[in-house]
Order: sequence, then structure tokens, then C-alpha cells
Amino acid sequence: MHGWVGNILRVNLTTGKVSKEPLGPALAKDYIGARGLGAKVLFDEVDPRVDPLSPDNKLIFAPGPFTGTYAPSAGRYNVVTKAPLNGTIAAANSGGTWGPALKYAGYDALIVEGKAPKPVYLWIKDDRVEIRGAGHLWGKIVPETSEAIRAETDEDAHIACIGPAGEHQVLFAAIMNDLHRAAGRGGVGAVMGAKHLKAVAVIGTGAVTCADAEAFTAAVWKARKMIQAHPTGGTGLRLYGSDILANIINQTGAHPVRNFQDGYSPDADKIGGESLSKKELQRPKGCFACIISCGRVTKVTNPKYAGMGEGPEYESAWSFGTDCGIYDLDAATKANYYCNEFGMDTITMGATVACAMELYEKGFITLADTGGIALDWGNAEAMVEMVRLTGVGEGFGKKLGLGSYRLAESYGHPELSMTAKKMEMPAYDPRAVQGIGLNYATSNRGGCHMRGYTIEPEVLGNPEKVDKDVTEGKAELVISWQNTSAALDASGACFFSTFGIGADEHAAMLSAVTGVAYTPAEFVECGERIWNLERMWNLKTGMTSSDDTLPRRLLKDALKSGASKGSVSRLSEMLPEYYARRGWDTNGVPTTAKLHSLGLGG
Amino acid sequence: MANMLMIQADKCTGCHNCMLACSMTHEASFRISAARVHVYTWEQEGFSVPMMCQHCRDAPCIPVCTVNAMTRDSETGWVNLDQAKCIGCKMCVHACPFGNSVWDEASHKILKCDYCGGDPACAKFCPTQAIQWVDDVAATQSRKRAFAAKFKAAFTE
Repeated sequence: MHGWVGNILRVNLTTGKVSKEPLGPALAKDYIGARGLGAKVLFDEVDPRVDPLSPDNKLIFAPGPFTGTYAPSAGRYNVVTKAPLNGTIAAANSGGTWGPALKYAGYDALIVEGKAPKPVYLWIKDDRVEIRGAGHLWGKIVPETSEAIRAETDEDAHIACIGPAGEHQVLFAAIMNDLHRAAGRGGVGAVMGAKHLKAVAVIGTGAVTCADAEAFTAAVWKARKMIQAHPTGGTGLRLYGSDILANIINQTGAHPVRNFQDGYSPDADKIGGESLSKKELQRPKGCFACIISCGRVTKVTNPKYAGMGEGPEYESAWSFGTDCGIYDLDAATKANYYCNEFGMDTITMGATVACAMELYEKGFITLADTGGIALDWGNAEAMVEMVRLTGVGEGFGKKLGLGSYRLAESYGHPELSMTAKKMEMPAYDPRAVQGIGLNYATSNRGGCHMRGYTIEPEVLGNPEKVDKDVTEGKAELVISWQNTSAALDASGACFFSTFGIGADEHAAMLSAVTGVAYTPAEFVECGERIWNLERMWNLKTGMTSSDDTLPRRLLKDALKSGASKGSVSRLSEMLPEYYARRGWDTNGVPTTAKLHSLGLGG
Repeated sequence: MANMLMIQADKCTGCHNCMLACSMTHEASFRISAARVHVYTWEQEGFSVPMMCQHCRDAPCIPVCTVNAMTRDSETGWVNLDQAKCIGCKMCVHACPFGNSVWDEASHKILKCDYCGGDPACAKFCPTQAIQWVDDVAATQSRKRAFAAKFKAAFTE
């Protein structure tokens, strides 16, 4: 095989058994890899009704066929499992350099089953796979864990690990790799912690081969030039990072303020990418094979929030910033560092603090609940302390560690949790941008922008500008972005490559590297297949179309200020057409005809 | 007039494109353990440096090579490794003060940068010009000018 390396590694932590099995070519062709391969394995092998934190859940680490090649900015991997946060299929996507290492070691996927009796870590060097004791590592934050493991394996080992948050089952605990990169959402880190798996260390001396090197290299250069010529993909992201979005989204009235109480803030620039580049930024950073360099190496010298590391991204600067009524970028950066060190999803973390701030504002929680910390809007010190308490699992942090839905519900006000399917929505207000609201409501993992980032056409005009305020045409638009993104995620590519290239270029590169011919339509169809499989899984967990919705606030309470003042989300105008266009019945269930057309059994 | 690979480490993003380009050019596959250029990243500080053979004028690897597999081309000035003559004794690995002569356990060969015959792939693939194929005398021009500009700023305020 080319692109793919042809093997799946399976480790059972209960029995200690390590085995290798071939990757079936038909499966590889239909699901591509990464998110797609993970979805197929989960669907075939795990009962959807399983308790996510039980030994019967499986944890799948899977790079794609591009991962380990020089397809531009295409070195990613996915972690797929049943999400502790909300019971959906969690496919968390991460960059860095860990994914390619697994490919060079000879594996297209690592499937972790069962639960180790005591904390362990995996050490993988090519064919040699060891399950080693991690008792001395349990409790360590991510940087210390990585340093200690390198000292006892290889100084260049690539490490994916959990911090204390995954160990004490923060429901949005992340798996961190290469210190600063996160498989962030849904609580994949809690699954790893529940299995007593502290880390997976990998080094590989093998190769990823290419079916047609000449055609691949030509397709790669064409794609590189298109990305480099794009103002965002070629320049904007390298200079300002993803946080360049803060001012743009704010100016369109879609920048959620104080737990989605509004969509515009006059102070958004203070936590934006331009401010970051003047203050905390040290230099840009790139993941494996990346030409975009959106990574932010940063440092905070203010003694109150001193630290160094990477980030924040737009979503994190927003969640610790505007969403909490905070405009202190040093504080937001420190909160981001804590999340990387303890291993937590920054979106859910910040949005949960914001929810707690609203509960506090309305008097539903008091100083007695918060341990004496005043959770006023804008209290940056309090926000940072709440993040730290969540990471260490102390005080009010224990409650925050359940996520905003369970937090708000426990105080009798679940309507104040700004979530879709119990996962916190990120930094785009659906009242100001109709299509993204439909995407949040129908996303297979809950409130997530990455599943179908229609912000690109609706706000950024990429590839073409679409009216953000109309609902007409949005079902088709969202479906197209959801399908294409699923295929892109399955290939190992980075979503930011969409600032420059699309399915045409990805299909051309994929065909050349694998030797399997994909037309752009076939590439996107793989995405549609993956989407439907994820949907079927979610339905089997007990989810229904009543879960394809948004918080009442976004459907009923109009935005009060900014360019989209007066708007609400008109989800009900888009959802029925979405189901119909997807070939699903009026209950949002894929029809037998649709499933058969995708080669999925009914 | 000769070219060299100029390293601008402050521009390196740690992306490994250079290693991928090198591996594909020399091995026709993506095997970064076979790359002749290596990127070292200090992850906590977020600093990366690419390293490759410096083609030294007085290369220590040449006198220690017992079979004259390592020689200096009088025209180009490059240090060339003749794989056909190499016996894999690894004396060059001991001798290189930079660690740029590398033993590859998979192929049982010494790997060393050969400037791709005059068109280095790493410099072409680097997205930020952290590695540049430039004239060796002119190589530091831009860096000297950038630093000299600080004097200008100080004295012309």
C-alpha cells in the first residue's frame, strides 16, 4: 500500500495482549483513514450504549494517508472514541508531529481496548511495543510527563499524553501531543485516563511510500502555490494566527459576549490576533509538513500570569476572553497554558466558566458555592483560578470539570448552558450567521464549528461570499461543507488548507500518493459516507432529532447590538430541508436507500 | 563563488518540510529517519533549528576516512561521500563535530548531505526561507544589514 502503511496495531490493556492486523484495502478506500477509519472501527466493534468511561469503550488513534508525506499542512491524526462529555462519536483532530511518527512506526491506527489494572504508558518503536508502568508519572502535568518519558525511552520520542485532568476525569479532558497540540473535544482524555493509560510514546524508522512520486510532487507544488497565494493561508495566519478572526467576527456581530448574551463587543480587539502579535507572540510555529505556520509560540512576562507555551487560538482567546467579559490577553493566554499543561479542551473550559459567571450574575450560585471566588463578568483572576482548580480537581473546579450542561442543570438552569448536544458552542453566534447554527445543531459531535465551517463562505467569502442572514440555500451549503470536511479530516489534512485549496486538489494528491483513483466527487462521497456512519452510531446511542437543536436563547432572544442586531437563529427554516437533502426521513434517520447508496448496511 | 545552505533558525517553524523533501529526493519515499537534514525542536520554548553537513573547508571526516570514500571536490568545494567505496566504519560519525554524518540503521549506510547536486530540495521546500541556498559570501548580508539597522535607529533618532 502507498500513503497508508497497511497495518493496525491493537493493544488490550486488560490482558496485556499486543497484536497487529492488516488494514483492508476496501476499508481504506471507502473511509480513507483517521476520522473515517476510526468511525468504522468504533461502529463495528463498540456497542453504542457503552459507558464511555468503562473498559468496553475503545480509544482509536488514527492518522490519514497524507500523514507523514509532504502534502501541504497534512500531518494530522484523529482520536476517535465514545465521548464522555455527551455520548456522541468523538473524533478529536490534532496536529503537531505525533501522527507522522505512528505512520513511520508502521501503523495506520492504534486501537486501545480494555483497562490496565494500574497506570501504564505505551512505548512503540517500529515493531517493538511495550506496555510500561506509569505509576511514577501519574499526577504529572503534560510537560513533565513528556520529559520523563523521553528520558526513559528516546530523547526524540513523540508523546501523546494526558495531564491530571484526564486522570481525574474532567469530562472535557484532552489528549495533548508534542506539549502544545490537542485532540481536544468531547473528553477523549478522560477515556484515556479511565483506561489508566498515561501516554503513548512513538518513534518510527520506517517509510510512507508514494504510488506516483512525480504526479504527487506536481500536485503538492500546485497546492502549495495556491495556499501561498491566498491572503489568509499564505500570509494572514502566519502573521496573526487564527485569533485574526476576533475582529472580523466581531465586526459582523457574531462574536458571542458573556455566555451568548450578545454578539458584539467594543473591546474585542484587545484579545485579537493583532494584539497578540504585538505583545505575547515570540514566533510562528508549524505542524508537520505545514506551510501555513499558524501556531503561536508565546510568552507572558506579566508576573501575575507568567508562563510560556503556545496559543491562544481564536476560540481560546474568545472563551477565556469575550465569553467571560474579559479583555486581558495575558490572562487568556495563561488560562490556555493551564489547559495545555493539565490537558483540557479550551472551548468547553472557557464556556463553562462563562456559564458559571451567568449563574453567579443571576444569583443561582453564590460565593458559598464558588469557595469565596467572585465570578463577576470580567474578573480575569477568578477565571484563571477556576481553570487551575478544574485542572487540579479541587473546590468549585470539580463541578466545572463536568462541563456547562451538567453544571447548569445541577443548579436547575440547563437553559443557561450554551451547548448543542451538551457540547459547548464555539466563537460564532448562530443568530448572526444562519448556516453555522444549522451546522451546530446537526454536527455529529455536538456544538462544533469544525464539522461544517460555513463561516468561510458566510463571513469570510471563501471561496465565494454567501449572505449570512438568509436561510435559503443553507441546508445545501452546510451539507457540502460537512461532507467535504469529513473527507478532509479522514485524509490527515489540516482544515486551514481550505484557505487556498479544496476537494479538487485533495483528491488529486490523494490519488497520486495512494495509487487509488479518487475523483473530487468520490472524495467528497467518502465524507458523506463517514457522516452517515457517525449519524447512525449517534442514533443507536439513543439520540433523536429532538437533539438537533440549539439553546432557546439563540432561537428566541435577538442580538442586542452590533452588525447583526435584532437577529435570531431561524433553525426551523433550515432543518427539514437539511434532513431531506441528506436523504434522511423527517425524523433525521438515514433512509435504507441512502445507506445502501453509500455501501452502508441498513 | 560558491553556494551554501544558509540557516536562519529564527525563521524555522519546525515543520519538517526540509526532511520530507530530502527523504523523497534521496530515497524516493517519505522516511524522515533517512533525511540528511535534521530539525531539532525545543518544544517548551518553541524554537527549531535545521542542521546539515557544513561541507567544511578542513573537514575532519576526510582524513579519518580510511578508504577515501569522503573527498573534497576541488571545483565546487563540496565534501562528497562515495557510497560505493564506503565500508561503513563510522569513523566520520566520530569525527564530525556537528553530528552531521549519520549512521542509518535501516539501510546500514552513512547519510550525509550532498547539496542534491547543486539544487537542494530542502531550500526549495522550506516555506519560510529558514534554509536558503545562497552565495556563501553574500549569505550574511541581510542579517548584517538587519542588525546594522539598530545602530541607524539609535543614532538617527
